[in-house]
Amino acid sequence: MTRVRIDYCWVAVFAILVTFAVPWFLWGDSRVFAGLPLWLWWHIGWMGLTAVVFHLFARTAWDRGIVGEGR
Amino acid sequence: MVSALGIQLGVVGAYLVVALAVGLLAYRLTSRDAEDYYLAGRSIGTVVLLFTTFATLLSAFTFFGGPDLAYRAGPEWILVMGVMDGVLFAILWYVVGYKQWLVGRAHGYVTLGEMLGDRFGSTRLRAVVAVVSLFWLFPYVMLQQMGAGEAIVGLTNGMVPYWAGAAGITVFMIAYVVIAGLRGVAWTDTLQGLFMLGVVWLAVGWVATAAGGPTALSNALATNEPEFLALGGGLYSPQFIISSAVTIAFGVAMFPQINQRFFVAKSSAVLKRSFALWPVLVVLLFVPAFILGTWAAGLGITVPEGANVLPVLLNEYTPVWFAALVIAGAMAAMMSSSDSMLLSGSSYFTRDLYRPFINPDASEAREAWLARIGVALFATLTFVASLFRPGTLVSVGDTAFGGFAQMALPVIVALYWAKTTRTGMFAGILGSQAFYLAHVFVPAIEVGSMTLFGATYLTWDYALWGMALSALLTVGVSAMTAAAPEENQSRFTDGLRAD
Repeated sequence: MTRVRIDYCWVAVFAILVTFAVPWFLWGDSRVFAGLPLWLWWHIGWMGLTAVVFHLFARTAWDRGIVGEGR
Repeated sequence: MVSALGIQLGVVGAYLVVALAVGLLAYRLTSRDAEDYYLAGRSIGTVVLLFTTFATLLSAFTFFGGPDLAYRAGPEWILVMGVMDGVLFAILWYVVGYKQWLVGRAHGYVTLGEMLGDRFGSTRLRAVVAVVSLFWLFPYVMLQQMGAGEAIVGLTNGMVPYWAGAAGITVFMIAYVVIAGLRGVAWTDTLQGLFMLGVVWLAVGWVATAAGGPTALSNALATNEPEFLALGGGLYSPQFIISSAVTIAFGVAMFPQINQRFFVAKSSAVLKRSFALWPVLVVLLFVPAFILGTWAAGLGITVPEGANVLPVLLNEYTPVWFAALVIAGAMAAMMSSSDSMLLSGSSYFTRDLYRPFINPDASEAREAWLARIGVALFATLTFVASLFRPGTLVSVGDTAFGGFAQMALPVIVALYWAKTTRTGMFAGILGSQAFYLAHVFVPAIEVGSMTLFGATYLTWDYALWGMALSALLTVGVSAMTAAAPEENQSRFTDGLRAD
């Protein structure tokens, strides 16, 4: 993939991370698991996933879109 | 036998003294020049940077306002704050923060206004950024004093009045900033962040055990507040969740104390590591804090007028000393927020307003002296305003965040688009501020089927419309105007190096 294509991929990944931090598909759902609402468990898990993806970004793609715009 | 009141005040007092001692220690290590005073010599490491930024976010807004809202409207606030702080703000940490760190390191900037003023060759723009920032800083500092007052009322069941709590924290934070500077603030922020993280989990464990476990608590919630368990409903519409998360996240990035943190990291490795840790830290702190507020609703806790739910709940289910300890932790969080705010506010005032406009030849000593007077004056005024209690913690905080958020998109446009012009910046910042201020202060008017100056347009918060307007004005006006000869168009793009 070209640099620009990879840039767009990262933008898409970030957009997905933002969008599904709230489990919209569970809207109105009141199921409870182990004392907490199911939607809260989704959120907790998603934030864990977000941290992992952010870590990967920091390791492999840091500086993207910021340093070396004139490439 | 020591009375409950004695224990409460003793624990809170002892905690504040420890924090002051750490501040004094830092003071002895601090050299007196401005860069060191404000930015701790650009030498902050990962843990300290993360916690100092985090503790700065962790104000009365999150620690008392959040549980209050969860108590009244349900736990969905966890999602709002999670998206806002853990994901959106983390991304802005990179997009705005890392970029500013690079630019700041290349050119030695200390404030946002200084950076923009230099890029656009305009001291007036520099002053506008400083004035707008100080204006919205006011309600946010006031919020900490309101939070402290309400916490003390809740903790002591009204035996210590609201004004005394607010006044106490005011005196303490003035003393602290005046003595220590950022290095002191950063150190105690770390201490306070770790302390709170520990204490809030203990609180959750304690309340859960005393009330029969999480399952019993969720059953109580299902009986007393059944709609709290379902996602959405009541206050929480998708529009509310999105508007709040977006305006707060962008607002936070423009907060003087947060924005100034973008200049302080020792290396980019520090920023990288902090970036990935955001979502984890946010979950670790916000889930327990807000779940406590939610449980209180299920347990049928009644909160006295003008108090926070958190101390009331803890008094009911945990020993007196422990409740006081949690409140001390929260007060510490508010202190570190206020300390950082006041310190950054004072640097905006002296560097972006006083020096360029009033006395360019002021000596370092005079500037430092003036900064301290400014801090004392500002905190006293916010204290007086806090006595009038113009709204709930969340509503006051939201208004302040929204005001800052209006500045975020023009700044981002300027950082990334070299064709941005000075006129475009003025239009974007002043236009959106005028729009936002009108909506905060002008009462709603019905015009035909439309409501002007109401809380929303087409169900979306006016703060969000203001942000759209700010971007539109900045880009549109920049496209139509030419750069002034004094502008340094390549300032934010050329010569930036990663390390």
